[in-house]
Amino acid sequence: MIPIDFQYVAAQSVAEAIRQYHQFSTSDMSTRYYSGGTEIITLARLHQLTMDAVIDIKPIPAAQVCSIVEEKLFLGAALTLSQITSHPMMSRAFPLLQVAVNEIADRTARNKITLGGNLCGDIIYREAVLPLLVCDSMVRIAGPNGAKEESIHRIFRRTMQLKPGEFIVQIATDKIYRCAPFFHVKRRKMGKVGYPIVSAAAIRLQDNIHIALSGVCSFPFRSRTMEDWLNQKHLPVHQRIEEAIQIIPPELILNDYEASREYRRFVLRTVLEETLHQLGSA
Amino acid sequence: MTKHEVTLHINGEDRTLVIRHADTLLDVLRLQCGLTGAKPGCENGDCGACTVIVNQLPYKSCIMLAIEATGHTIMTIEGLKHSPIQRAFAKCYAFQCGYCTPGFIMNAHAMLLHDTSIDEPTIQEWLESNICRCTSYEEIASAIRMAMSTMNANLPDNSKPNSPST
Amino acid sequence: MTENCSFATDHMEACGHRATHVIGHSVGRKDTQDKVTGHAKYTDDFSDNTMLHAALLTSPHAHARILSQDTARAFAAEGVRAVITGKDYPNKTGSPLADRHVLAIDRVRYAGEPVAIVVADSLAQAEAATKLIDIQYQPLPTIQSPKLSYYSNTPLLHPNLNPYVGDSAEVNPIPGTNIATHVPIRKGNPQAMWAVCDEIVECEVSFPQAHHAAMETHVVIAEVAPNGDIDITTSSQSPYSIPSLMQATFGIHPAKVRVHTPYVGGGFGGKSSPYIEPLAVAAALKVSGRKVKLRCTREQVMTCLPGHIGLEAKVRLGATRDGQFVAAHITYWFDGGAYADRGVIVTRAATQDCTGPYRIHHVHCDGFCMYTNHPPTTAYRGFGHPEQTLVIERAIEKLADKLSINPLELRRLNAIGPGDTTPTQARLTRSSIGDVQGCLVRLKQMLDWNGTATVKEGKTVIAKGIACVWKTSSTPQDASSGAIVRVNDDSTITVLSGVVEIGQGTKTVLAQMVAELFRIDIRHVNVVLEVDTKTHPEHWKTVASRSTLLAGNAVVRAAQDAIRQLKKTASFVLQCEADDIHIAGGYAYCADAHDTRAKIPIGALAKGFTFQDGHTVGEMAIGHGSYTIEHVTKLDPTTGKGVPGPEWTVAAQGVEIEYQKDTYSYRVRRAVSVVDCGKVLHPDLALGQIKGGMNMGLSLASREGYVYDDSGAVTNPQFRVYPIHRYGDHPTYDVAFLETPDLEAPWGLRGIGEHGLIGMPAALANALSNATGMEVNQMPMTPELLWRLQTNKGDGP
Repeated sequence: MIPIDFQYVAAQSVAEAIRQYHQFSTSDMSTRYYSGGTEIITLARLHQLTMDAVIDIKPIPAAQVCSIVEEKLFLGAALTLSQITSHPMMSRAFPLLQVAVNEIADRTARNKITLGGNLCGDIIYREAVLPLLVCDSMVRIAGPNGAKEESIHRIFRRTMQLKPGEFIVQIATDKIYRCAPFFHVKRRKMGKVGYPIVSAAAIRLQDNIHIALSGVCSFPFRSRTMEDWLNQKHLPVHQRIEEAIQIIPPELILNDYEASREYRRFVLRTVLEETLHQLGSA
Repeated sequence: MTKHEVTLHINGEDRTLVIRHADTLLDVLRLQCGLTGAKPGCENGDCGACTVIVNQLPYKSCIMLAIEATGHTIMTIEGLKHSPIQRAFAKCYAFQCGYCTPGFIMNAHAMLLHDTSIDEPTIQEWLESNICRCTSYEEIASAIRMAMSTMNANLPDNSKPNSPST
Repeated sequence: MTENCSFATDHMEACGHRATHVIGHSVGRKDTQDKVTGHAKYTDDFSDNTMLHAALLTSPHAHARILSQDTARAFAAEGVRAVITGKDYPNKTGSPLADRHVLAIDRVRYAGEPVAIVVADSLAQAEAATKLIDIQYQPLPTIQSPKLSYYSNTPLLHPNLNPYVGDSAEVNPIPGTNIATHVPIRKGNPQAMWAVCDEIVECEVSFPQAHHAAMETHVVIAEVAPNGDIDITTSSQSPYSIPSLMQATFGIHPAKVRVHTPYVGGGFGGKSSPYIEPLAVAAALKVSGRKVKLRCTREQVMTCLPGHIGLEAKVRLGATRDGQFVAAHITYWFDGGAYADRGVIVTRAATQDCTGPYRIHHVHCDGFCMYTNHPPTTAYRGFGHPEQTLVIERAIEKLADKLSINPLELRRLNAIGPGDTTPTQARLTRSSIGDVQGCLVRLKQMLDWNGTATVKEGKTVIAKGIACVWKTSSTPQDASSGAIVRVNDDSTITVLSGVVEIGQGTKTVLAQMVAELFRIDIRHVNVVLEVDTKTHPEHWKTVASRSTLLAGNAVVRAAQDAIRQLKKTASFVLQCEADDIHIAGGYAYCADAHDTRAKIPIGALAKGFTFQDGHTVGEMAIGHGSYTIEHVTKLDPTTGKGVPGPEWTVAAQGVEIEYQKDTYSYRVRRAVSVVDCGKVLHPDLALGQIKGGMNMGLSLASREGYVYDDSGAVTNPQFRVYPIHRYGDHPTYDVAFLETPDLEAPWGLRGIGEHGLIGMPAALANALSNATGMEVNQMPMTPELLWRLQTNKGDGP
């Protein structure tokens, strides 16, 4: 039961969504774009999120795209995680994303959670961003000032840096990245459903490892300095990993009900070892 | 609190209802439609007791707005009659307190609509969406196997996936 | 479903076993159709347009003074009918100790403590208005460790403990301390015996509080009628305890309180304390004449309502070189949370059975239930016994290691039996205790037990661990149950009992008993599945694995009574002695009659028998029966001497795990239970109880537990951050039953509702200890715990 009231509209096109947003804003209504809506509903129930209106972007055809054009894979922001994992093309087109999103929440919830929703959420893990970070994906954004395409690295700094009225329509990813050798691992406290202690997505490109992490800090990240250490092949694996972990300011490593800071660091070490090993960089 | 009229297609009937846009599908089914089979267990999308089928796929109705379901086909446990999975749950003692049962049955039914010759990892992937605190899950596993075998046995021979053509 | 089930026959003769046609057979469940169709109605499923809705506001602070409360804005909000705070009800509530206010006044003692209730037309309005209540708090220092609470008493949580009203037989608070109850056991002279021991081990065991996780959250609907009658519908395991609690709390005469309990969506003890019923009634009293529904959210159940008790414990166990246990010294500091509730009785239950099912002549045990700034606690499946078992079984495992004796053989050597005495010096008989030795023998075979030797395959270690289980109930001395058996015109039977159907299937078993005695098909026995305290005979509580004993005896007597009445009427009709009448197959007939026309349908005898000429003989057949436990005594306040319960169900359990040395992760491959259940009444229901209990126990032991913040607030009150077994987390379960009858119980049965759970934490801890070579003495047994133990040991990777 959601204690607050808000107005719901479904947008049929990008233009209509933008127009609606503008209309609500001029009436002084706080507005959110709504995709899967799972996080909006759960946080609103607990008084942790409030708004006057939501604009559902699911009906927008451009946000439902799943296609390859000139070796670029375009994925609509309103695709559900289940659609991404079950799409017959995905195991070849972007297997890393497929396996990564398949570990988020549970099968039934993934029928509702969308790619865009996971990327833009408040939940600190946002694991769908990991494959995009290591694959240098491009983000297609619609907003009051028209459409734009930005590198994920410019637009995602700890959280999605969207301006008022903007929303993600699509993610575009080049073949060279999405078809590269990859590795994904998610370590939980226990069991097969739940948030990560550490989850990692990695690819090997031109003998270098790209890796992005969630669960370690209160935001997902990819660190070039960390990768530089991990890719110092003349050093022993143990040292590469220790140096890479040293990059993370200790106080930024989470210490909570999922795991203590010290144990997280241990898990991170094992995850990095496994990643290097699996991607032939050990 | 502002209310709006919507029409939902539930268990083969059109139901015209007056709802808040912020009402979850679970609350509307239970409070306005009298369909109390879907249960609130966590209202957070974690336990699966509220699972219903929308357009052949299972959804947790606590994390769906009722208004999102307009124009779609909704089936609740009340709309499921004499299905193989219900018979199997009964025969295998796959429930005790029964509170999670409608959610488990709807999820399992959707899974079997999807495919009746699935492997154990796939069954696990679907069913780990729901929590049962009473049974050991072995009973539910038996029920799934029993429903799969009755459904496969009831298929005409030439539609069985691996049956040799004659 | 029965492939895992095998029945030992060793004791059948002793049972005076004769062929049964319904008892002992899997005959389905009476609630099946309701439950697989979604038709089954639970408390929250009842609603109507006129019903008001209540929302709770709870304290964010684990300990704070309430400086001010302003409810004006909330009261003015749309749809709001009433706002209730502590000032509205100065009354104290709580059983067995009235140590809390209905809503906090002046002080809150845990994060989650109810401070206000808003009643509104819709739940959304009520919930929205809770945020408009302005409460100013001044945080106070908190105490989280029960052991620290015992030693420091600072902060003192209940400075006015003395005037609290309590049942002195049930609770023993010590004013001026944080001790909510103290239960001492003094048997023999352990102090003098340590010198005799060749080997002495010591262990410290601890775990945090945890959540029952019944899938249905607590719900109450309450209505106050114009004449003051109170009508309550509640998801409770103890509907009959509510009227007297209303009297103690609000001064309402118990006869004016009627309680309905429809299907309950799981309890596991969590619905045995009437914790939110006083809150719902407090709300209903303010909006007289209107129904008010109060449904707790999952977060509220996990923070506001009583959960599974936490523990810090110390055990010292001594034995001779040849493995005879000599003496035990055990101290439990239970984390009972901010208010006593049933945590104090759990403490007594653990203490009275502290040794486990072993013969130990010298026992010194102190059970303390400590006040802390954590949520309160109540009954949890096993009621003190999973806790007691973990403590003693870890010590036994360590002792076996030190003595170089096979742990299973060490347990067999010391297994308790008839003639031995329990820690409370209760003398056991073949009837009052099951066959511990027999359970171990069977377990050895089923678990392919060859000692604790682990098998290593690279980084993988395969290991086993075992534990023995016993449990008696901590029932009050007069725990009772009544039943009514009606004969209907159509020759079917209707059974009325106050047992709540919480999933355990007791009502099906009661129907089986009636079908057996009437010698009819169970389909012809209806059992009323809901409970109404006004019309159903009282049944103490649906707890403690006691329903089949209490209600079973009552139902058997009621059925026999009805049969006696039918026979009497039939004897007039058939012109023979009542004793010569047989009742079977839905007919009454004379034993030596060969004339089938002389068979009278029992329905024709239901209201006496009417002859063709219209004249009627006999009377309406309504059987009634009741049963009250006898011979249970209070425990002596200084030595603990006494008889705590009617009989002990025993079991031996084991697990086999697969442990990964490099990641500290593990998987339980299989779990085995051998339970002496007295008599298997319904094989599939019995299996379901044991396997379900094992699954819950492994989930609890491996992953569950509250994680508190620095002040004591629970930080993980949702299933997404409180891990719990899901489909696929379960291992293979193997269960076997022995049948040593309890002569007091129908068909010799023993309670089995909790026993599948009890040994699982201990068996898992022993398996993990064997796999890792470390002492795994804590729950939850996560990879992080194992990593931490290794790291603390100083030889981590």
